[in-house]
Amino acid sequence: MPARKVYLDHSATTPLAAEVYEAMKPFLQERFGNPNSLHSWGREARKAVDESRASIARLINAEPREVIITGGGSEADNLAIKGTAFALQGRGRHIITSAIEHHAVIDTCKWLEKQGFELTVLPVDETGMVSIADLDAAIREETILVTIMYANNEVGTIQPVREIVRTARAKGVRVHLDGVQAVGHIPVDVKDLDADLLTLSAHKMYGPKGVGALYVKRGVKLDPLVHGGGQEFGLRSGTENTAGIVGFGAAAELANRRLEEGAVEEESRLKDLLINGITDKIPNAHITGHPVERLPFHASVCFDYIEGESMLLRLDAAGIGASSGSACTSGSLEPSHVLLAMGIPHELAHGSLRLTLGKDTTEEDILYVLEILPKVVSDLRALSPLGKELS
Amino acid sequence: MYSEKVIELFMNPKNAGRIDNPDGVGQVGNPQCGDIMKIYIKVKDDRIEDISFETFGCASAIASSSMVTEMVKGKTLDEALKVSNKDVMEELGGLPPQKIHCSLLAEEGIKAAIEDYRKKAGIK
Repeated sequence: MPARKVYLDHSATTPLAAEVYEAMKPFLQERFGNPNSLHSWGREARKAVDESRASIARLINAEPREVIITGGGSEADNLAIKGTAFALQGRGRHIITSAIEHHAVIDTCKWLEKQGFELTVLPVDETGMVSIADLDAAIREETILVTIMYANNEVGTIQPVREIVRTARAKGVRVHLDGVQAVGHIPVDVKDLDADLLTLSAHKMYGPKGVGALYVKRGVKLDPLVHGGGQEFGLRSGTENTAGIVGFGAAAELANRRLEEGAVEEESRLKDLLINGITDKIPNAHITGHPVERLPFHASVCFDYIEGESMLLRLDAAGIGASSGSACTSGSLEPSHVLLAMGIPHELAHGSLRLTLGKDTTEEDILYVLEILPKVVSDLRALSPLGKELS
Repeated sequence: MYSEKVIELFMNPKNAGRIDNPDGVGQVGNPQCGDIMKIYIKVKDDRIEDISFETFGCASAIASSSMVTEMVKGKTLDEALKVSNKDVMEELGGLPPQKIHCSLLAEEGIKAAIEDYRKKAGIK
């Protein structure tokens, strides 16, 4: 048994917070009513859904009416992109995205390309940033949507979202931001940003899996993906996932409180301790992503002469949960498209490691990782025919 | 996803490292694909007297290296050449489908090392 268990994969998913679980429990059992029913059971559920929607809206400074609950972040991305494509195809059929999006965005755009839409994929620089000049140059008469992620899941880079929105809106083009990694972790204000669409996910912020939301600015027209009873203001039919929505609302309250209490600063401090410790203790470690404009809980690094899966399994054996963009961990033969788009060579991308901190991560946890990781890396390098000059 | 045997050998591989003055060396794979296996052999009286490996790769590549070196140690060169990737997989208790190429690298690594030895020794 490992000496310690340290979960550092919060970009994959977060544990359900105790208070979120408590808030959800009644709605899994005794408060089972359908929010669309007129009787007391239904009204009780409706009230809970409405209150939760208000909490979620408050987190991003939106109006409750602008929050459409979905079955997760991927569905919200699909609704934003396909919903726009179908609603606006009379005006144009050109969509702009970036090379480092989540598959929920990339694959949706590629599917639309097969349906006859045109796609421009913006490159990123070595820190994972899109260029505003590139975006500006890509916008055409027929462009109906710019969809770019707020912050990247693999390398933590935060995009220049304000400039992205300003650039697109100056030419009258709608903007969708995939905020799954950002919302709940850094302050996000849709009024200030003026974005049209923003994706959120509950399980990335200590809420339950299977529930997310799409912020849809008032007046922005979308075609629904799911037709039926007309729930969620006609944009997402189906009886509401009451317990999930209540959990999402409780998670939003928690996130609001954490942001007010300085979670960004504390997570940044531990993240910097981790990143500095890694580069101090391990030769040929290359931090990936932007050095400053990055998520406060996100550390990502590539090691020369290391294969990611081996590293993850050795870390796991020592009680540390992490992830990697290596080919072997993705189930495909290609390493992460994000790392490759940033110009990181294949052989280095195989040695990528992502460590994402959470609200319960302690300094002791970080020190434990800084004790174990250098040994894992040096042991694997000793096994390898490559990079002998390092060991 | 991995058998206990694979994890055991990955965590504690046998015959890892480099042999001084090897009689044959074989290297297969490439770093772009994320797998390189290098096999070192010492040959005496047509038998593999000693063997070691150095591998850059995933858990199944390291476990396959460890397993194949154990399997051919002490065998004649012709016997060693008959060890197939299926034999390696079987001894490992199976590999996930996308990892089968790791066992193939093990088979090819042994063949490359023996070929190198025979070339150096002038044996056809």
